Amino acid sequence: MDLKVNDYTTDDGLTVISVEGEIDVYTAPKLREKLIDLVNKGKFHLLVDMEKVEFLDSTGLGVLVGGLKRVRAHDGSLELVCTQERILKIFRITGLTKVFGIHDSIEEAQEKRKSAK
Amino acid sequence: MATVEVSFSALPVHVRTARLIVAAVARRSGVPETLLDEVRLAVAEACSRAVEAHQRHCPDEPVRLELSGDGRRFEVVVSDAVPGDDAAGGADIDPVSAASAPGRDGSDPSAGPADLGLADAAELGLAVIQGLVDDVKIDTTPKGVQIRMSWPLRDA
Repeated sequence: MDLKVNDYTTDDGLTVISVEGEIDVYTAPKLREKLIDLVNKGKFHLLVDMEKVEFLDSTGLGVLVGGLKRVRAHDGSLELVCTQERILKIFRITGLTKVFGIHDSIEEAQEKRKSAK
Repeated sequence: MATVEVSFSALPVHVRTARLIVAAVARRSGVPETLLDEVRLAVAEACSRAVEAHQRHCPDEPVRLELSGDGRRFEVVVSDAVPGDDAAGGADIDPVSAASAPGRDGSDPSAGPADLGLADAAELGLAVIQGLVDDVKIDTTPKGVQIRMSWPLRDA
């Protein structure tokens, strides 16, 4: 299955990137290009919705880590929406649950963002 | 069950094909459904690492995948043809540090194919394999690196 990547920006300046399909060594460059493009357009607060991701490997993790480094260079943020156990497992194995904010829903991420302001 | 052997060109697109084949053979061999995601991910990591190593050193050589079951365990061997590849040495990456540090191979961390340094990306894959699979052995031979992994079968 191909990777579908779409984005929109909310009124409070959060850019939500919806990812659907398999993120692996073949498709990860598409997500990387999207993250680079958004940062180049000045979007520094990103939320990657992974609820429709069917497969994620370390290449995909690498792209997310790379995106995080890019937005942090602009005092931005990159957080995730993910409730799928099989996807969360790979974040736990690699210790990346300590690095990424991981939310149950887009709404929850927005609420936390508002309360942190 | 007879051994299934697959050779594929060192192209990222074929890692997905390898994943599909492994899942099908593993299911047919009697690997429990609860382990199939783990098998798929571990083999994908090993194949991705091999493909990236081949693309750097010997892009025309195929990556080899062997699948076999002895009635008790399902075994997968992923072999590359890169002599002296340092794959076995480095499954000790700390991804948390990698998130804030430059690539360990001295590369620009924002420029690599995985958005980590190349060495870090390969090691992250190995770290995932070692975190996932209880029975894994990584051998560096003069012919290349072999990653051997196995899982119990349902009725073992």
